[in-house]
Amino acid sequence: MAETGSPGSRPYWLSAPGLVFFATLLGVPLFTTLMLSFYSFDYATGGIQTDLTPANYLEIVQDSYFHRIFGRTFGVALLVTLICALIGAPEAYILARMRNPWKSLFLLVILGPLLISVIVRTLGWALLLGSKGAISEGLQMLGIISEPISLMFTITGMVIALVHVLVPFMVLSVWASLQKLDLQTEDAALTLGANRFTVLRRVVLPQIMPGILSGSLIVFALTASAFATPSIIGGRRLKVVATTAYDEYLSTLNWPLGAAIAVVLLVANVIAITSYNRMVERRYAKIFE
Amino acid sequence: MRRNGWPEMLFHGLFVIFILAPIVAVFVVSFTDKGYLSVPSDGLSLRWFRAILDYPGFIDAFWMSLYLGLASATLATLLAIPAASAIARYRFPGRGMISAFFMSPLMIPHIVLGVSFLKFFSDIGISGTFFGIMLAHVVLITPYALRLVLSSITGLPRDAEQAAATLGAPPFTVFRRVTLPLILPGIVGGWMLAFITSFDEVTMSIFVASPETMTLPVRMYHHIAQTIDPLIASISTVLIVMTLILMIILDRLYGLDRLLVGKG
Repeated sequence: MAETGSPGSRPYWLSAPGLVFFATLLGVPLFTTLMLSFYSFDYATGGIQTDLTPANYLEIVQDSYFHRIFGRTFGVALLVTLICALIGAPEAYILARMRNPWKSLFLLVILGPLLISVIVRTLGWALLLGSKGAISEGLQMLGIISEPISLMFTITGMVIALVHVLVPFMVLSVWASLQKLDLQTEDAALTLGANRFTVLRRVVLPQIMPGILSGSLIVFALTASAFATPSIIGGRRLKVVATTAYDEYLSTLNWPLGAAIAVVLLVANVIAITSYNRMVERRYAKIFE
Repeated sequence: MRRNGWPEMLFHGLFVIFILAPIVAVFVVSFTDKGYLSVPSDGLSLRWFRAILDYPGFIDAFWMSLYLGLASATLATLLAIPAASAIARYRFPGRGMISAFFMSPLMIPHIVLGVSFLKFFSDIGISGTFFGIMLAHVVLITPYALRLVLSSITGLPRDAEQAAATLGAPPFTVFRRVTLPLILPGIVGGWMLAFITSFDEVTMSIFVASPETMTLPVRMYHHIAQTIDPLIASISTVLIVMTLILMIILDRLYGLDRLLVGKG
């Protein structure tokens, strides 16, 4: 294996199997779906016309039904991201200051759910959020509410469940950046007379900020495209983009419109990720100048 | 280093309760002795675990998910190993683009992959087949396998390989006898993360699975969409226990935080 100089064609041969596989099984299907989104659907015959028309995109842009769905999806994604940052970052910090064996044990408890199927975790919330669930019973016992309440099929319920599904990613991301942080810099600042709040704000926060930012990006992108949790907790009434695309494909059978919704979701996701990355890079380039 | 005070411990306690609450809820409900959803009050019962055996649909779906995970994780790892060694070892034109291309499925919402495969597979006539679902899963999980293999190759010193090459070993022998044993932990970790991701995947699989090739999460989704009963809770409890065992093994072998950094 040559280390320097011209590697010749070897790296291309090594990546060729993967490249061919990805080009065929990722490139072609995505392109087919892009084409499909410009076709039109005949409700009378249920057939697909292969004329090229922007009609599906115009419908998404003009119809207030789709505005509500996209607005709800990105609103929920922002809220979930914010809550995950507000509770996930402090938790990662607290974890980092624990001692073993507690540290390893609680890391396992908090990251472990990432390996448990999202269906199982969502089922757990469906059990807790219903009118006979633990939340309703608990609030009644405490005398906060007098009638049973159900958070199923509400935005509140959806946000709670999504935060649960996604907050481990935030903890993980902040945890990774805390591994590089020398916790003794805090002691140094304290010795030099800074109070605890100043230490958090001026010493800890700037160092874990990259972790919070990359965690936020992951949480936002995954929430905006989440399907199973919004579908089970939100039901058919509180549709999000992913559940709308699902219904167009498998209920209405209007594949071209479903394809257009999917393309818009994909493009919005890619734009959000790349512009966020660029913004973060510019911000940190300034700090390190 | 400062210790955590009581406000921190209180916050931590609430956070852990929040994380465990839904999992505990599933666990508790699955032991009910009633015919409907309830907390077991007159003693624990295993009737809903026995009931699983009367639903071959779920048993078949479990085996389907298992075979699918084994096959697609193995294929994904086989694609990832040469690609990772190219990206980690060489500087060549197009390197950045190739690596971004391999990672791109992470940026694509699963629903978009699902609808794309649905159309593509029905165009080429393999929709609903095990083969089709397996190909779709390989695309989805290759980035996870690639990341962990990549990080294990990147951190590897070259001395041993160069010594072997100097002593006249052909490149493939060097790889098989020197490199492979050294990067094996990365390969095993990548394979496992790929397997778990495949086994748990639901959103994309909904579109590519037919009733005969339905995976366990897809069947569970369809069941929950219609009715939530103790049966689905007992199936979930079985899954939780299996995941727990796997989790402890993975943590011992590899460190759960190190493994999962590849998931983000």
